[in-house]
Amino acid sequence: MSIEAPDLSLAALTPLLFVFGAACTGVLVEAFGPRESRHPVQVTVALVGTLGGLVSTLLLAGTAEVTAGGALAVDGAAVFLQATIAGLAALSVLMFAERNLDPARSAFVVSAAVPAGSPRDRELLTVQRVQTEVYPLTLFAVGGMMLFVAANDLLVMFIALEVLSLPLYLISGLARRRRLLSQEAAVKYFLLGAFASAFFLYGLALVYGATGSVRLADVRSAVGGGDGEVLLVLGLALLVVGLLFKASVAPFHTWTPDVYQGAPTPVTAFMAACTKVAAFGAILRLLYVAFGPEEWTWRPLVYGVAIVSMVVGAVLGLTQTDLKRMLAYSSVAHAGFLLTGVLGYPGTGDPAGSGLPATMFYLLAYGLTTLGAFAVLTLVRSGDGEATHLSQWAGLAQRSPLTAAVMSLFLLALAGIPLTSGFTGKFAVFRAAIENGAWPLALVALLASAVAAFFYLRVIVLMYFSEPAADGPTVGVPGLPTTIVLAVTAAATLVLGVVPGSVLGLADQAAIFVG
Amino acid sequence: MSDSLLLLAMLVVPAVGAAAVAALPGDREATAKQATLGVSLLVLVLAVLATLAFDPDGERFQLTSSVSWIPGFGVDFALGVDGIALVMLLLVGVLVPVVVLASWRDTSPGRRSMRTFFAWLLLLEACMVGVFAATDVFLFYVFFEAMLVPVYFIVGSFGGPRRQYAAVKFFLYSLVGGLVMLAAVIGLYVVSEAAGEGTFSFTALNDLQIDPTAQRLLFLGFFVAFAIKAPLVPLHTWLPDTGAEAPIGGAVLLVGVLDKVGTFGFLRYCLPLFPDASREFAPLVLVLAVAGVLYAALLAMGQSDMKRLVSYTSIAHFGFIALGVFAFTTEAATGAVLYMVNHGIATGLLFLVVGMLIARGGSRLVGDYGGVAAHAPKLAGVFLIAGLASLALPGTNSFVSEFLVLIGSFPTRPVFTVLATVGIVLAALYVLLLYQRTMHGPPRGVLFAAADAGTPDAGTPGAGPADGGHPAGGATAATATATGTATGTATGTATLTRAAGAATRVRDLSRREVAVVAPLVALVLVLGVYPQPLIRLIEPAVAATMSDVGAGTSDSSEGTD
Repeated sequence: MSIEAPDLSLAALTPLLFVFGAACTGVLVEAFGPRESRHPVQVTVALVGTLGGLVSTLLLAGTAEVTAGGALAVDGAAVFLQATIAGLAALSVLMFAERNLDPARSAFVVSAAVPAGSPRDRELLTVQRVQTEVYPLTLFAVGGMMLFVAANDLLVMFIALEVLSLPLYLISGLARRRRLLSQEAAVKYFLLGAFASAFFLYGLALVYGATGSVRLADVRSAVGGGDGEVLLVLGLALLVVGLLFKASVAPFHTWTPDVYQGAPTPVTAFMAACTKVAAFGAILRLLYVAFGPEEWTWRPLVYGVAIVSMVVGAVLGLTQTDLKRMLAYSSVAHAGFLLTGVLGYPGTGDPAGSGLPATMFYLLAYGLTTLGAFAVLTLVRSGDGEATHLSQWAGLAQRSPLTAAVMSLFLLALAGIPLTSGFTGKFAVFRAAIENGAWPLALVALLASAVAAFFYLRVIVLMYFSEPAADGPTVGVPGLPTTIVLAVTAAATLVLGVVPGSVLGLADQAAIFVG
Repeated sequence: MSDSLLLLAMLVVPAVGAAAVAALPGDREATAKQATLGVSLLVLVLAVLATLAFDPDGERFQLTSSVSWIPGFGVDFALGVDGIALVMLLLVGVLVPVVVLASWRDTSPGRRSMRTFFAWLLLLEACMVGVFAATDVFLFYVFFEAMLVPVYFIVGSFGGPRRQYAAVKFFLYSLVGGLVMLAAVIGLYVVSEAAGEGTFSFTALNDLQIDPTAQRLLFLGFFVAFAIKAPLVPLHTWLPDTGAEAPIGGAVLLVGVLDKVGTFGFLRYCLPLFPDASREFAPLVLVLAVAGVLYAALLAMGQSDMKRLVSYTSIAHFGFIALGVFAFTTEAATGAVLYMVNHGIATGLLFLVVGMLIARGGSRLVGDYGGVAAHAPKLAGVFLIAGLASLALPGTNSFVSEFLVLIGSFPTRPVFTVLATVGIVLAALYVLLLYQRTMHGPPRGVLFAAADAGTPDAGTPGAGPADGGHPAGGATAATATATGTATGTATGTATLTRAAGAATRVRDLSRREVAVVAPLVALVLVLGVYPQPLIRLIEPAVAATMSDVGAGTSDSSEGTD
């Protein structure tokens, strides 16, 4: 018996190889590099990995092939989403590398193994040493995400899910300040995440049972056959639940506020932006490619979940007093809006202008804006770290007009006011939904946007119309990395709102699934 | 400059001006004001040039320009005006410089720089120009929503004590309306896509035949947004709050121009795009309109806060405008458009005068004033003219428009017209009561409290002799002060805050204030006698709209109630 080597299109795999290669290099640097030079080297490796991934995906534009023995589909959608993930990850790495804001020069704990609150921990709190394990961990997560959106096989999808999740659980617990909160977040995320992975795996098994294959294309042809309906529907539901968890869609969102609040803010930004892209990339591929013929099975499910997510996100967001939690609920609401776009499934019709490009554009726009919003959060600090309580932001516009203006821009974009990227994205997904006859859903989404706008506005009201508190927070002067992040995200938020034509065009061209 | 670039220039000039003013250093407030005034006057000049270039008998949309903006959505950056939009642009052009001048000495609550106020004002002007000049539904929507942001900051940063509440209420009301409209805008696109090519172009959409059910839904989507904006009862509750808390300059633009976007929207979008649905829903709209006329007039009479009172009078006037629009005759609709302009002038003037009175007394309450006329005759005179224009006395501009609306509506909607006529009587009541209480009678209230107490205000010339122990003596002093102020020597008195406390005196209008009200007073009188040039601009556009909705002048048999 001979084993045939699977066909491997190395060109199509370059982005993944780049990122995973950089991740492995990072591990070696961590093991053998001298401590003094580790931080700059790790940052460089991480940036080379992510930017290299970004450039190589851009070079792949227009590719549409199935490779690695049919396990990976490198098509327009995969390339677009991989580029989005790599780009957002590069910005996140820049946020990780910021050394000017925290008095101890890093947002990450020196030694994660030291019990929080112990004498050793207090001693280490002010030490200016930085720990760099976060960079290779992040690169592994990025690689997992990029694999996730290109997976053409349920098993590969599951492996990618684990590769992206495990490092995330770890880096959520690495906050330098409020360590207990951070560790609690990590444990919570891990437990619930493991649960969700189990759901996904069980669903995978059921689908395999029903169709006899884990390859998306084979599932698709079996789905049309009409055998093993019950198993298939159950399997589909469980797979979707596993993915919805990652995408923090209500009612599978319960981890989101706690983890967003507890994790170090740069990590929160990374999760909010990149994980969302990866999870929705997988949802789109699973539903459109494998279960396209079963549209009328998943449509009611997604319809209902979208409404729940929008309403839960918008309404619970109203009651939050912590900005990170507020942005977490905002992320839940936005997940609902994204699902509205997912419902714009064109079937066998022309994918241009349908839900696929609309959702992809929304992911890019939302990722950039939310990254920027979290970057602003890292600037506003009081004695023990970031000042994330709403009341501390009162009168911020008088302390630092520029910070307040940039934050307002991001908040208006999240609220979906025209001439910001948020509006273009909302318009695209709602149009896709209405074209597919889901106008009642679009109406609910619009009303939820209005409710959500209230809590975004509340921050603007506080910043601009309230008098500053006497012992208010200080606004740190960011170093070069955070400045770059803020400049890029703010510019992108405006450009994607004012002249979104070319990027929308790109998304339209990229709206191709093979497999 | 090519004619087709005029509108673009009107849009770009204030936007660039806003950025420039915002970029000035914080201590250059004087420069900021001068630059703002200069830019707004330039926009006025452009508006006049546009009017000269406009041929009333020519194409429906003129001065058009169009470039593809977002090809993926089928959106064009298309500008163009018909007569209706043109007169609204003229109104914007006139009111903004007046508002800038009126806000010249305003100070903001807190330590904020007024520079940002003027920057927001210019940005608002750009949005207002955009909203009237857009001929692409998507572009219109973008300006419609973007307009909220400057107003939000103007009210929230520079308004009265409850400004936060008012700003948020305004924003949320408008946003809800706007989002419902967004659904309808997308729906319109989808309908056009089903009929052939997806488009947002007004002209293309106008030719589209939309099936009745879709028309009804889309009409409602647009209508809700415009009815909140206009505002029609029962969606009006944000206006008194916002109007009362906004700084006077903001309030003038809010009521004078922004709310017209609602009635403009009825005429431009609801009627031509959804003619069947418009006819079907017309009785309902007319009920709301007439209810607004009567209800808001009654509420206006009951107000003790002058700014709220003026806001309620506006709601009543919007009822008249809506009546004119939905009566479906060319006369009535022409009257309604003329009313939109005239109301902007008359109510703008009334708001400005009330603002000047409030600046003197530091109180918004009617009961805090009395007998002002004897000591500030110019102020009282302008107050009277503004009030009479507001109640549509013959000879003032509003009379022509109100008359046109009523005679135009009577043939098709006699019952509603007769009911609305009652509103005229109520208008006379609330205006004259306000005037009588504040301007006539014995001197009393906050303006005279200082003189009664004999508090000298050494900081201002003319306050020296104010030592009378009884009202008459105080009044003499106040008259002397008024004369002193008229020469323009007193400074820094027209503030929004009660900075001078109880020591304020009754001064008549300063030179700047005369310059603020003079153009509007002139327009009230000129348009009252000779409205023909405006009607000439408006009528062809209205006639085109009425033929879209299938109810021309001759076709007055349509839907008699």
